[in-house]
Amino acid sequence: MKPVSFRYFAPRTVDQALELLATHGGEGKILAGGQSLVPAMNFRLARPASLIDINRIDSLDYVREDGGELRIGALARHARFEGPVAGGALGAFLPRVARHIGHLPIRTRGTFCGSIAHADPASEWCLLAATLDAGFLVVSRRGRRNVRPNEYFVGALTTILEPDELLTEIRLPLLGEDWRTGFAEFSRRAGDFALAMCAAFLRFEDDRIVEARIGLGGATDRPSRIAAAEALLTGSEGAPDIFREAGNIAAETIDPLEDIHASAEYRRDLVRAMVARALDQASAR
Amino acid sequence: MRSKPFTLSCARATFYDRDMSDKYDITFTVNGDKRTIRVEPRRSLADALREDCGLTGTHLGCEHGVCGACTVLIDDQPVRSCLMFAVQAEGTRVRTVEGLAIGDKLHPLQQAFWDHHGLQCGFCTPGFLMLAVGILERRPDIAEPELREALSSNLCRCTGYQNILKSVLAAAAEMRK
Amino acid sequence: MRWVGRPLPRYEDPVLLRGRGRYTADLAQSARILRFVRSPLARGNILAVSSPPDVPIITPAVLGDVKPICPRLDRPDYVPVAQPILADERVTYVGEPIAAVIAGTAAEAEDLAEQVTIEIEAETPVVTLDQALAPGAPLVHDIAPRNTLIDARFETPGIAAALAAAHQLIEFTFTSGRQSAVPLEARTAVAAFDAATGRVTLSASTQMPHLLRTGIADVLGIAESELRVIAPEVGGGFGQKMALIPEYVVAVWAARHFACTVAWIEDRLENLTASFHARDQRVHLRGAFDADGSLLAIDADIQCNVGAYSNFPATCGVEPLMALADMPGPYRVPEYRARARGVASNTCPMAPYRGVSRPVITAAVERLMDCAAARLGLDVLAIRRRNLTADFPHTSVTGVVQDAGSYREAMEAAARVVDFAEFRARQQTARADGRWLGLGISVFAERTGPGSPAFAARRMVITPGFERVELAMDPSGFLEARIGSSPHGQGLKTSLAQLIADEIGVVPSAIRVVAGDTDRSPYGWGTFASRSLVIAGGACKLAAATLRERLQTVASQILEAAASDIEISDGRAFVRGTDLGVEVCQLARTAYHQSHRFPAIAETGLSAVATYDPYGTFSNACHIAVVEVDVATGQVTIERFVVVEDAGRLINPMIVDGQVHGGVAQGIANALYEQVVYDDGGNILTGSLADYLVPTMAEIPEIEIHHLETLTEASITGAKGVGEGGTIGAPAAVLNAVSDALAPFGVGIFEMPITPQRILQLLRKAGCTASSSVAPLAGRGSG
Repeated sequence: MKPVSFRYFAPRTVDQALELLATHGGEGKILAGGQSLVPAMNFRLARPASLIDINRIDSLDYVREDGGELRIGALARHARFEGPVAGGALGAFLPRVARHIGHLPIRTRGTFCGSIAHADPASEWCLLAATLDAGFLVVSRRGRRNVRPNEYFVGALTTILEPDELLTEIRLPLLGEDWRTGFAEFSRRAGDFALAMCAAFLRFEDDRIVEARIGLGGATDRPSRIAAAEALLTGSEGAPDIFREAGNIAAETIDPLEDIHASAEYRRDLVRAMVARALDQASAR
Repeated sequence: MRSKPFTLSCARATFYDRDMSDKYDITFTVNGDKRTIRVEPRRSLADALREDCGLTGTHLGCEHGVCGACTVLIDDQPVRSCLMFAVQAEGTRVRTVEGLAIGDKLHPLQQAFWDHHGLQCGFCTPGFLMLAVGILERRPDIAEPELREALSSNLCRCTGYQNILKSVLAAAAEMRK
Repeated sequence: MRWVGRPLPRYEDPVLLRGRGRYTADLAQSARILRFVRSPLARGNILAVSSPPDVPIITPAVLGDVKPICPRLDRPDYVPVAQPILADERVTYVGEPIAAVIAGTAAEAEDLAEQVTIEIEAETPVVTLDQALAPGAPLVHDIAPRNTLIDARFETPGIAAALAAAHQLIEFTFTSGRQSAVPLEARTAVAAFDAATGRVTLSASTQMPHLLRTGIADVLGIAESELRVIAPEVGGGFGQKMALIPEYVVAVWAARHFACTVAWIEDRLENLTASFHARDQRVHLRGAFDADGSLLAIDADIQCNVGAYSNFPATCGVEPLMALADMPGPYRVPEYRARARGVASNTCPMAPYRGVSRPVITAAVERLMDCAAARLGLDVLAIRRRNLTADFPHTSVTGVVQDAGSYREAMEAAARVVDFAEFRARQQTARADGRWLGLGISVFAERTGPGSPAFAARRMVITPGFERVELAMDPSGFLEARIGSSPHGQGLKTSLAQLIADEIGVVPSAIRVVAGDTDRSPYGWGTFASRSLVIAGGACKLAAATLRERLQTVASQILEAAASDIEISDGRAFVRGTDLGVEVCQLARTAYHQSHRFPAIAETGLSAVATYDPYGTFSNACHIAVVEVDVATGQVTIERFVVVEDAGRLINPMIVDGQVHGGVAQGIANALYEQVVYDDGGNILTGSLADYLVPTMAEIPEIEIHHLETLTEASITGAKGVGEGGTIGAPAAVLNAVSDALAPFGVGIFEMPITPQRILQLLRKAGCTASSSVAPLAGRGSG
């Protein structure tokens, strides 16, 4: 289980990285945390001819609040989100999600943006980005573009990123204190990939839900929001029964993945439970 | 060998026009000793420690980042050394199991594993020790449920984990003294 | 000072804790790396194997007259099949080695292996038991009709009458998925050719170095003395490392052929796909009970999917024959009928794995007890009380003699610890809140430390059993015990030092135990079958007693007293009742350097050899699991796990507890998590530890252990084996607990592992789907 040979580049600046990507991106890969890429290389499932290691680009290592958004640079590692990085409902929410990502040594190396670029269906950060309609800042020597989740995620491990492009930043809305949040995930063992998970965001006014965002991950080829369930909740007081109903709607809406760990039927069962639990959690806060 | 030293002071530490089999000289600190080794880019940090530095205490149990037997500390953070290339360790400070004891004096975690039968075949032990050192150095007061979750990073096939947890809790108490 | 019974920290540990333990891969520093090209298909004819001119490959033709591995049983119901070292004409499972390459590094060896082209004419494989046993199924081996490699039967004359007369006949099929031992260190070999002697030293991650030497010498056609086998530090075995494998044969062959050092370091993908698997059994069980719950008869049809070949030396009979002989377990079974088959398929071969069959048969029989109790309206303890063996020694219906144990006492003790009444009350309250708790019990007796009579009964041509120990004191008074067992994590060296220390009267730190080196240790069978402490321990005690007598002889002469008046304690020999004495180290020096004074020990000096070959002794235990089942996700959480263990005299209680902890963890893994999954084409879908789910610390609960110590005469140290019990008992306790939790839904569990997905499937089948509101069926039993 040793990888095939590759050429190694360690650019110091984004410009250098983009130049390298323009030349080598086609048969190469960007190496950030490497916690998904390197196992695939060790199995020789991934065989990039070049690796462009962005770990030396210090300017990409940041998490900061700016204009009501949390801006996350391409080198911000998962472990950073286990502690406080921002205020507001989002700031309180991030550590609760971060601890579900792999294990401590994985979180030490793996990056937020790397997860988004890899687009594993079971990625917690992909779910979060999709649910909160994050902004994805993508740059190349051809220019820069700001992409939204609904066009960014194409399928399992597939995004609109072109070979010469680098995802440099994710922007998440900070969410005011009137948002309440919930997160529920099911995996077989601690740290395993989610078989299903739900991120729920509810904004209450006068004890009524005036805005709802319900995102699902792990169960389908890409993270998605469940519009019908969000519509059901909006205007309600958010009682357990309606949360169950939202779970049922979500389960019926999706086209689940199937693998050795979970059939489509079982993933629907899990979605039902995870949606209801995430909503219970959100309403309890 | 056509490679030239990889120095971080070099503003453009990029490498063009090389064959894939080209090797790089990398310099890093291992258990306090500065070392320079010459490796292919595809050489994992684990293999470099074992084969180029002769530090075979770091074990390989899966080479895909699940078992944690290869856990070492890089700049005091626990990482899977099978998921990092040696070239990425340029300029870092690496700690392995061989660096834990000071002379005859075992590290409190080593002593606790010995006292509480925290190992059987011993293959996972270096990885667990380094993981636990990384955890306890940052959070000496970590509560048991969180500790259990953090230690779930690594696999052991012999102990059923009970005495590993017991050992780490005992070491934590000792290290807080 | 007595050493036996003390939780002495292990002498094995400091080197391991410092990262200085030498495992086999650590010895590969200057070796050439061997890499195997493996079959990508489960079944077919090999048409061609080729490589570019600059990539030399080792093929069957290159190996020449190296013989296949052909394990044998001396019984007519067994078909011996031969496993080629490299597949020649046919491939029979995915991962089967076909050719090999050698390179300077592991990465380069992989590069070369990728350049080897294999053409195979694919055929449809037989993967499952049903496929292999179907009428007209393709044969894995032409010489084995119905794909049956072994077909053993047992029947008592009164079975038909007992079944007919039953008040209750409980019948079900219990299945166990395929599992893998997954030692954290995969298999590894370093074969070093010595130009001076022409010998090869094979360092290998093995549980039985002597048998490995025998096996390799036989297939290579060389004398055993041309080969030295060393088991350095071994990173876990659990049975997977007790069989001869083609890879080690090729490593030794290559070292001899190329006159160099060759290493093969198995990677995890190879280990999960092409190392040995285990379990994969189906037991169709019928149990006949009378009205008061007495078990009248068991009728069992045992089918084991043993994969493509038979393992050496245990053979593929190991699981079916163990199941056949040991099905009754701790219970009195008056009438018994069983058929046990080992069925070949196009899957990875099977080897023993911790527990060997007994995790499965114990789960089946314990499910039988709970089902019968429910049917008869009895409490789960009551039905067991009625059937547990209480008089010892007990000769089982299959003729196995069970020595003194505490089957019932262990159960009663466990029941007191858990407090059934309190649990049942809590369970009722929880149910009202929609929480589903369950309690499961498992009572078992396991044969440990079997000597040659036990293996002879199985009619193994190679019959393991005895252990020999060579004990010698050097002139400085330090003892060396050379043993044939080959410990790999069990702390045996510490436990044996404790035994020897007490027997002689010295301190254990003055004893070095040498194992795992065919040049240094006497021929022995290695470490497996919960045998080493019982058998090597017994031999140590015998040898130590002899050596003590020799020391007494020397001391009596030095101290001018009768030998019978000499006592040795804490490293000092003295005349009983006086302060007249001599340090053992002084005594040793005198014995060597003034040997002319001690003609009585002229022949042996300060050494002794002893052999122990017992019938075997039964350990027993009761496990109780308390679980909660989340019926929305199917997740099982173990809230409490209690073990009352009777392993006889505890030599080192800390080590014993460690064995139980680790065994229970593997049993829980078998019950809830681990399964090797094949697709229809015979491809493995669980080729990584992300898919083959070895549990972490988060999944394994605290295990609470209590001890009973029945002092048996079947083991001269009083110690019984304890390596496998945890794994044997835990699945039954977990499955009974899950069944108890789900009893209100009318769901019982008859398979392992029981996954969350499967639990929801069963609930759905029972009409209690998660999509409707989850509610128990009216009128069903309450467990």
